[in-house]
Amino acid sequence: MSKQSERASYTDLAHQGLKNAPLQKGLRGIQQRYGQGALHIWDSFADPSLRKRVKAKRESTLAHLDIVLEELTKNIEQRGGNVFFAPTAQDAVNYVLDLASKKEVQRVVKGKSMTSAEIGMDEALEQAGIKVVETDLGEYIVQLNQDTASHIIAPCIHLDRKQIGRLFHEKLDIPYTDDPPTLTQEARKALRKELLSADMGITGCNIACAETGHISLVSNEGNIRMATTMPKIHVALMGMERVAATLDEHASLLQLLTRGAALQKLSTYVSFQGGPSEKGSPDGPEEFHLVIIDNGRSKILADPDFQEVLSCIRCGACLNICPVYGRIGGHAYNSPYSGPIGAVITPLLHGINNHADLCKGETLCGACKEVCPVENDLPRMLSVLRHKLAYGDPQWNVTPHNKSEHRFFSLWSRLVRTPKLYHILIRLSGVLQRPFLSRDNMVSKLPGKFHGWTTTRDLPPIAESSFRQKWLQNKIASKNVVRKGQKD
Amino acid sequence: MSQPKTVSLFIQCLVDSMFPEVGEAMVNLFDRLCIPITYPADQTCCGQPAFNSGYRKQAAEAAAHFLNVFADAEVIVCPSGSCVHMVRHHYPLLFEDDPAMLQRAQQTAAKTFELSEYLVDILGITDTGSTYAGTATYHDSCHLSRELGIKEQPRQLLRNISGLHFVEMNDSEKCCGFGGTFSVHYPEISTAMVDDKLDAILASGADTVTGCDISCLMNIKGRASRRGEKLQVLHIAQLLEPVHGGSHE
Ligand code: SF4
Repeated sequence: MSKQSERASYTDLAHQGLKNAPLQKGLRGIQQRYGQGALHIWDSFADPSLRKRVKAKRESTLAHLDIVLEELTKNIEQRGGNVFFAPTAQDAVNYVLDLASKKEVQRVVKGKSMTSAEIGMDEALEQAGIKVVETDLGEYIVQLNQDTASHIIAPCIHLDRKQIGRLFHEKLDIPYTDDPPTLTQEARKALRKELLSADMGITGCNIACAETGHISLVSNEGNIRMATTMPKIHVALMGMERVAATLDEHASLLQLLTRGAALQKLSTYVSFQGGPSEKGSPDGPEEFHLVIIDNGRSKILADPDFQEVLSCIRCGACLNICPVYGRIGGHAYNSPYSGPIGAVITPLLHGINNHADLCKGETLCGACKEVCPVENDLPRMLSVLRHKLAYGDPQWNVTPHNKSEHRFFSLWSRLVRTPKLYHILIRLSGVLQRPFLSRDNMVSKLPGKFHGWTTTRDLPPIAESSFRQKWLQNKIASKNVVRKGQKD
Repeated sequence: MSQPKTVSLFIQCLVDSMFPEVGEAMVNLFDRLCIPITYPADQTCCGQPAFNSGYRKQAAEAAAHFLNVFADAEVIVCPSGSCVHMVRHHYPLLFEDDPAMLQRAQQTAAKTFELSEYLVDILGITDTGSTYAGTATYHDSCHLSRELGIKEQPRQLLRNISGLHFVEMNDSEKCCGFGGTFSVHYPEISTAMVDDKLDAILASGADTVTGCDISCLMNIKGRASRRGEKLQVLHIAQLLEPVHGGSHE
């Protein structure tokens, strides 16, 4: 993920997204249905204060995260499960690789997990010679396509059924069809084979619960149930914040998660895993491992400006409403985490300077905040990230992002405090714009930075007399003007 | 009503330099409503561009200037939701470590209103007695609708304009893609977004689009002009203006 040098820029990837017709169609569909749908659910929810209450619970859990994680660990270990705390991505990967090598694992099936993508789990396993198969249909398609996910819930939103038909024809050696039920059946056939023969299942964790000592996984395809029970070993990868202190908090989060993600009161499947299968029980894995991953989260937790973002339950609702994501798609974000949540979490996890475009490439319209089931104020956090980029911040290893912009705003600040000069300069710009005026009195071509505006848009001109000028010259007729304290 | 308060006009910088007619419309409107006005001529910019770009120190300097300029104001009214959001919500944030300035910021925040909000919520006026011949739709600008919660006030005012046929567009609350410097730094994304907005406006059947923020309207107008669309883009003050309402055809 931090291969900065070979990485295409946000702007380039965004342009590719804008030109990708199947992606545009997929995005339109998902935004119209799920983004608007989630807003509607919150508006008409029987319990209108639920989101607020849950947020307060999340904040209290996060404030006591060490104790909560200890309880989770204790309860899982009591049931015979293993818990490993991984300070870094590499520690998590090494733990799984060691386990796989000790247990002579050859085949791994996966449940959809962004944490797994964050730490580079699949690549590491493959390098160790282990076969890895994604079992979530969308992730499976993405894997066959040697691609990356473009949405945190709907990974292959950038592909249409024709593309998927051709992909299956090529990779699964079946006759071409673009009929979704047929394609799904084919995937099911292929995946069942994998699920029945794997030695290890690796999943993420939607929400863990400390009070009961279990993790919950939601799915609509049943693949998670098989991936967590058929192989002998189940490994769950969990970001250290994804835990509820109590069953009550857990239940509320689950309600919000499935509604935010897919407008469902409950997903088709919810799997609860808390340890190996009990003696004599035919179901469940022989071993259960929970890998709790920090990988930069402690740092986020320690910063009051950003702690809130750890309330996120990765429902994807903010992607489904964001007008920027809705046009550029997920690949532009250069991260398993895309959309507004990705724009905040990716810089925090992988470097604010590295991902400056993510901090700056939004309009701060606030739609994500409105739709978020845990009321995360992502625009506020983007604004704080921009603040760090403006001046640098040693705590986050941020260096000032753009010196000329800094100079510009310093000069601008002096100007706005010198009204006479400020207004003279504006009048001067009005004169300088004259050669750029088109026939219909619009500015249609501007030099320098402002060129960005006029490549696709016209700009109304600076008026001959500003409001201020007219006012000072008494050209504004009003019966009720109070001119006290007015100096000309 | 007791003696109405004198309104200090807070003329957003873009209105001042590019759309003075919006400020004039406000003056005419208040005149008709017999509300005394004043205009502190040392005002410049509220500091929003610096704040949104992360330059909070410079934004605070602009904010301090604003607080000085409007120190004596009884009430401040602005034809821009995002500028009011800046004053109401971001000024206090900028001075959170300076108790004296914080107090001034909070006092000023409490007497600063967006135009439609001031008319409807404070003055209780929903009918300004204006006329307009046309079918108009309304764009909810982001900070106005989501941060200030102003959604119904402008609609009430618009519905009472005689001759104006009001229609809603789809996704009226969706961002137009302006986003300040975003529109210059990421012009392609911004354009794709304003295209969505423009398509929604045209699909509503309206011949006029209006709103309470000139920056969004400038973006919409700029794109409509480049696309060659026939569309009137007018600030709500221009539609509410009793004298000129209807004369823009
Ligand atoms: S930030 Fe909120 S809306 Fe976005 S994924 Fe997280 S929980 Fe869902």
